[in-house]
Formats: sequence, structure tokens, C-alpha cells
Amino acid sequence: MPVVMDADRIARTLTRIAHEIVERNRGVDHLALVGVRTRGVHLAQRLGQSLRDITGQDVPNGALDITLYRDDLMRQAVGPQPLVRRTEIPFSIDDRKILLVDDVLYTGRTTRAALDALIDFGRPLAIQLVVLVDRGHRELPIKADYVGKNLPTAAEESVQVCLRESDDRDEVVLLGGGAE
Amino acid sequence: MSGSAVASPGGGPAVTALHGKDLLAISDLTTDEISLILDTAEAMQEIGSRDVKKVPALRGKTVVNLFFEPSTRTRTSFEIAEKRLSADTLNVASVSSSVTKGETLADTALTLQAMRPDMIVLRHASSGACHLLSRLCRAAIVNAGDGMHEHPTQALLDAFTIRERKKRLAGLKVAIVGDLLHSRVLRSNIGLLTRMGADVWVCGPPTLMPADVARFGVRATSVIDDAVADADVIMLLRIQLERMQGAFFPSLREYFRVFGMTQTRLRLAKPDVMIMHPGPMNRGVEIASDVADGPYSVILEQVANGVAVRMAVLYLLAGGVAHETAA
Repeated sequence: MPVVMDADRIARTLTRIAHEIVERNRGVDHLALVGVRTRGVHLAQRLGQSLRDITGQDVPNGALDITLYRDDLMRQAVGPQPLVRRTEIPFSIDDRKILLVDDVLYTGRTTRAALDALIDFGRPLAIQLVVLVDRGHRELPIKADYVGKNLPTAAEESVQVCLRESDDRDEVVLLGGGAE
Repeated sequence: MSGSAVASPGGGPAVTALHGKDLLAISDLTTDEISLILDTAEAMQEIGSRDVKKVPALRGKTVVNLFFEPSTRTRTSFEIAEKRLSADTLNVASVSSSVTKGETLADTALTLQAMRPDMIVLRHASSGACHLLSRLCRAAIVNAGDGMHEHPTQALLDAFTIRERKKRLAGLKVAIVGDLLHSRVLRSNIGLLTRMGADVWVCGPPTLMPADVARFGVRATSVIDDAVADADVIMLLRIQLERMQGAFFPSLREYFRVFGMTQTRLRLAKPDVMIMHPGPMNRGVEIASDVADGPYSVILEQVANGVAVRMAVLYLLAGGVAHETAA
């Protein structure tokens, strides 16, 4: 079970991304973070802390559940429905630049769903995509603006992101396939 | 998410799906399933506060609202829930349907089934009507009130409203006062609240007290002060004159004097008591106007929560029945 990123590496990566965000947007005015549940929310909160450390300013933070926007929701003939969690975006996204945060970018379908969900909340000035790991294999024309680590993978492998907030440790692990 | 296919251990709810095809009665649900519906409703509630109150979850699904009894709040509540989930909805009311031309319920059901709806929401004056439909139709059946039997989504939204305010159901004293005999809301609520560990008291005139009601794990009394004393929740039930054939009490004025909820009676309950009513209310019969509009009343919250709870039920049933339980 090869560890791709350990706790230190994750922390340094998030700090780097925070600096990139400040550089590209010339500060944090009109920015807001929206994390995709579950782990994107934790990453968005950590990025918010980093942005505050760098600029001294608070950036609004929200949580987005994309379950009801999934493109595979009613595709199976029968089967249990995926669990719906609460979306909490306690600010207007109108005329803000939204930093959409997720743990792993893979097919792009989650991001597509997240974009549709966000648009239902208003008309943001721009949406920028932040991911901790980009593992390739896109099925939709979607590209991240900030990438923690590009990780070439085989389709049969899976990438597991563990974060303290939900899994007791910080770690990115590559599982399965012939990667041993 | 995002293709990281490994599920995290722990943290999730005990079950992630309902085991049945339909929602016919509270007694068909496990406590875990009740919690799943209430948790899902919490997520659904937020959708109603957005500018665009619509999510694409049930796109392409057809839901028939088949109402054989007059209903405003339940039918509109289901219809709004369906529309917020992007389902296609169809309303069939008995006055305008072939029922008035003599068609049986079974034939109506088979006719509708031939048009392949995904779900049917049924309100009917006969207890057990939705069980008949469930056997005849492949569509998922949601009981929106059948005779004097059950009204499961009402009980779920009542529980949701209580849980939202009190953060729990277990250990709360809930007094249910009114026309106990004719109330399907009572039957569903007793089933749900006792299952979740609440201390349920029922109170009404002896003529409107179902026989053996104590068998369902509730305390029955005709002394309203006993029922209301230290109650966390007081739920008032409508006096259903339309279902009463015979004299169950001398007059509505006398009923109000003996059982009506007034400010004075309210003082016996806990200081943070919640006053609930499934509607429609008879002001001045089971509830005084100043109580219905007073600070303890959550009657309009119940209506608002009804939409979220019905969205949760429709969403969870739309997936169909799992072949096997997920690992």
C-alpha cells in the first residue's frame, strides 16, 4: 500500500496552493471557498486557515453536497439511493470568485455535478477548481486550476485520501492494481 | 467521492436504504430507517431556502398523486416536494376521475399502472387501500392517509419537528389530545414515537378512546391535566365531525371546556413546551386561538417541514428495492 503523500507533504502542498490562490487572484477579495463533501470540506477549511495566515483576511467557507446532482443517480435499475448530506453555503455566491475544493479529480463527473449545483445558488464571477490529487482518466472536459499532486494511475487502482477530521490521520494512498 | 472508491469506516448512518418498495405504515419501518428518513430530510430542508428551489434528483420519474379524499395541505406538500426533486407530477382527484363513474379502486390502480408511473401517492377513505394498491402495482406506493389507519409522512414530519427543536425524541413526554378514535395521525405517531423512546400519553373523552389503546405502549387518560402536566410536546388532534356517526360528546363548547388547549392549561406543561397540530384546526374546539397563534405553537413549522420530509421519502423510495444489502 504505497503512501503517495504523508501528513507533512499534504500540509506543505496546501500552503503552496494557498499562496498560488493569493497570487493568481491578487489577494482574497471577493473569494469564497466551497468544499465538496466529505473531504473537500475539510480541505477547504484548512485552505481558509492558510489564507487567513497569509493575508490576515477571512474567506467565507461553504460545504456542498452533490448527491442530488449525480449523473448516475437513477441509472441503475434498482438499488439503494446514495446518502444525501446537507449543503451549507451561508453567503451569496453572486459576483464572487468561488474556489471549488475536492480531494481527488478523476473522471470529472463529481466536478460537473458540483458546477451545476453551484449555478443553482447564483451567478458567481468565476469558479476555480482546487484538488489535492489529480489522478487522470477524465471523461469530461474539466481541468483543475490548482493541483496538489499529479498522480498517474491505472483505472483499476484507487486513490484513498485520509484526513484527520474524518479518518484520524493525514495520508494519500494508492490502492489496488499492479502498483506494489 | 471523485472516484476514490474506498469508503471510510464508521461515521455514517446505520442503514443507507429503506428495505421496502413502499411506505404504507410506520410499523413497516425500523428505527434505523426512521433515522435515515429524518437525516435525509435535514439535507432536503436546505433546498427550500435556496433561490432556485429545485434539484435534478428525480428527473424523468413520474409521480401520480391519487387523492380520493379532499386534502389541501398534504396534496400540495407532496406536490411541492415532487417538483423540488424535478419529478413529473400528475394529480388525480376523485371528483374528476372515473371513480365517480363507478370504477373500482383496483381497476383505477391497474389503469394507472399501465401508464407506468414510478410512484403513486395515495389518499383514501378506506383503511388498507394502499396495501391493495401495493399488491397490484409495480410503482412505489406512498400512503398519504388511509381511512382511520395510518398517515406515516405526518408522523415523520411531526418527529422531525420535535427532533429539530429538542434535539432528541427519547425520554420526551408527548401528550396527544383530541379525537383519538378516528385519527390515523394518532396511530402513526404512537408507532413512531414509542419506537423512538418517547413517553407518549393520549387523552380524550372516553367515547373517543380506542379500546385497548394502552396495548400500544402509551398511557391513556381522560383527565387532561394529567396528560399535559410537565409535557415537552402537546399534540392536538382535530375533532373529525365528518367521520362521526353518532353523539360522542354533548357539544363542541363542552368539548372545548373540558379538553380544549387554553393558555391556563398550557402552564401545567414544561416552560419550553411545543404545541403541535396536524391541521386543519378547529379554533375554539380543540385549541384556543391565542394558543394556536402563540409563542409555543410550531404548527406552521410542521407544514414547512412536511415538504422536506416528503422529499426525503420520495428520494429514498425512488431507488427501488436493493437485491441484497450493501457491504
